[in-house]
Amino acid sequence: MFADYTMTELTSIFAMQGFAGLILFSVFVLMALGLAIIFGQMGVINMAHGEFMILGAYVTYLTSTLFAEYLPSIYGSYFFIAMIFAFIVTAALGALVEWAIIRHLYKRPLDTLLATWGLSLILQQLYRSVFGAREVGVTLPDWLMGSYALNDSIEIPINGLFVMGLTIVITVGVALMMQKSRLGKQTRAVVQNRPMAAAVGINTEKVDRMTFALGCGIAGIAGSAFTMIGSTGPTSGQLYIVDTFLVVVFGGASSLIGTVASAFTISQAQSTMEFFLSGSTAKVLTLLTVVGILMLRPQGLFSLKIRR
Amino acid sequence: MHSKSKPFNGSVRRRFLQNLLAIPAAVMLANASLPAYADSANSTGLAVTDKTVKVGILHSVTGTMAISETGSVQAEKLAIEQINAMGGVLGRKIEFIQEDGASDWPTFAEKSKKLLINDKVAAVFGCWTSASRKAVLPIFEQYNGMLYYPTFYEGLEQSPNVIYTGQEATQQILAGIDWVVKEKGAKSFFLLGSDYIWPRTSNKIARKHIDKLGLKVSGEEYYPLGHTQFNSVINKIKLKKPDVIFASVVGGSNVAFYKQLKAAGIDMTKEKPLVLTISVTEDEILGIGGENIEGAYASMKYFQSLTNDNNKNFVKAFKERWGKDIVIGDVTQAAYLGPWLWKAAVEKAGSFDIDKVRAASPGIELKTAPEGYVRVHENHHLWSKTRIGNAQADGQYKIVYETKDLIEPDPFPAGYK
Repeated sequence: MFADYTMTELTSIFAMQGFAGLILFSVFVLMALGLAIIFGQMGVINMAHGEFMILGAYVTYLTSTLFAEYLPSIYGSYFFIAMIFAFIVTAALGALVEWAIIRHLYKRPLDTLLATWGLSLILQQLYRSVFGAREVGVTLPDWLMGSYALNDSIEIPINGLFVMGLTIVITVGVALMMQKSRLGKQTRAVVQNRPMAAAVGINTEKVDRMTFALGCGIAGIAGSAFTMIGSTGPTSGQLYIVDTFLVVVFGGASSLIGTVASAFTISQAQSTMEFFLSGSTAKVLTLLTVVGILMLRPQGLFSLKIRR
Repeated sequence: MHSKSKPFNGSVRRRFLQNLLAIPAAVMLANASLPAYADSANSTGLAVTDKTVKVGILHSVTGTMAISETGSVQAEKLAIEQINAMGGVLGRKIEFIQEDGASDWPTFAEKSKKLLINDKVAAVFGCWTSASRKAVLPIFEQYNGMLYYPTFYEGLEQSPNVIYTGQEATQQILAGIDWVVKEKGAKSFFLLGSDYIWPRTSNKIARKHIDKLGLKVSGEEYYPLGHTQFNSVINKIKLKKPDVIFASVVGGSNVAFYKQLKAAGIDMTKEKPLVLTISVTEDEILGIGGENIEGAYASMKYFQSLTNDNNKNFVKAFKERWGKDIVIGDVTQAAYLGPWLWKAAVEKAGSFDIDKVRAASPGIELKTAPEGYVRVHENHHLWSKTRIGNAQADGQYKIVYETKDLIEPDPFPAGYK
């Protein structure tokens, strides 16, 4: 396969391929973080995760349209504002959903799967009615387009770099929040022992709602960022949901480190195999590997050891 | 007082009786399958009365395929409205019954059964994916219905109960490859598609043709439907340096592929490599964004920017009916042909009878087609021209080439069975 190429060509291709793997890694982490919080901390199987992401994407689309119409002078920076909006809107919807549906189902975690799946269908049809069945095109500010040429032959996609940066910021932010902040500590307390947490005066209902809203909000940010690399349509969320669950389950549901490690493993395996094999074969092999490892380690790569 | 009220009461009662009598008549008129009103055209067992004829529209307006099928529904409704405004078919207004296939193949089968058995429609305009067509095919053949199918597809099929108004694969692909070889001097091709029957068959046809021309296929790759990460394959393409990326990626993957291709520094307007797609119509560009696909070429039979008078009228009518910002892609135009081809066949046959319409169909010409001129072949596909369009930043294609003659449909090319 490589006989016909010079050393420099090969080096630059491998460098670019390394970046491709890292970008895929960032994408996986970003889309899985929100789900990891909801699934890992609360045990809720949120099948509507993809639809929350797409809500973020639609908010980005609306923001870009608004900016193009009323504030063309600062169009270049709309993306940051769009991400903040996306977070607020999806977190608000998340809180609403928690209040209306999820809180009644905490004692029946498997039923959350059905309820949120139904919710995902409702949201899809809602998007279709509001935004039309066709995909919408989100225009990017110029500085996010194209690639950064490291030298003559190595080109790095700028939006990929942006996603990487965003992922680092959000992951570190979430990790800090879980470890240091009041909400984070309360959340962990509720996860480990709900009655005891309630006994020491933690408002567990409020913590649940905040956690769910936070997970959905992060999904919204992810969706907003993915307008750069993917499609925005009523059913686009479905494109991400399988990979998202794969990453979270493989990582071990209740561990943030696990999510990151699993995203890294899966993305590197997939992007390397995609390069040497064909796309579909790579996907099959990745899934097989994950299934194999989960058979040996059903709890996932990392798991929290707590007394139930 | 009393005596005055009597005639009043009587007239009320009489009117009431008249109304009562009118009800069954109205029911019979509405429920046209009743054989009570029969003349020659009405005696087919189909939903035909002296005034109306019923047809079915069967597309997905919910679910993942709604993205693609919405345009077809709009085109078919527009054609039906236009035909009705001109006086209908054999003096009968067309009434349509719309069913939702919901992007689910068993639902398509169930709904087509409903249309054929309960509603007794004279024709069905519908389906989009090959999977949905394959699901309804046995039903159309068993209950002898007529389906007008609008999508360009992989061929390898020919049913007496289907008229294929889109192109089959060879019509679309061979002309495209010939053009890129002749005009752009292409020597090597990278074939990239989503992983299902249409891209795989299309690439098989493309590969065979490329081999025949003595040129090189430097790679052939498939990605699962809905795949959103194309950076690895883009690197592979950069390594192999093909002259042409021959792309048949579909759906949401399409958006991801072109956005990432652009982000990876491949400027398609420089044509190094040149992108030739058979799956991106103006509809898809809406989602991809014109700036992300500018410079790519597409090989199809119809582009909205065609300048003949038929198309100008069609685009104008379409925009008046469905909004000025709407775009019209290849399949939408093919869907528009369906009702017109059916009308022509019915009028030639002088009957709505399915067998007579089928017998009358081959040879039907449509001089008013937005794409110019089409003719139905013996094999139920259309003779049509193929055009090459160059994608512009505004989301339209600039037509750079058009085949001189109509291309004969060849759904069973030698060596693909």
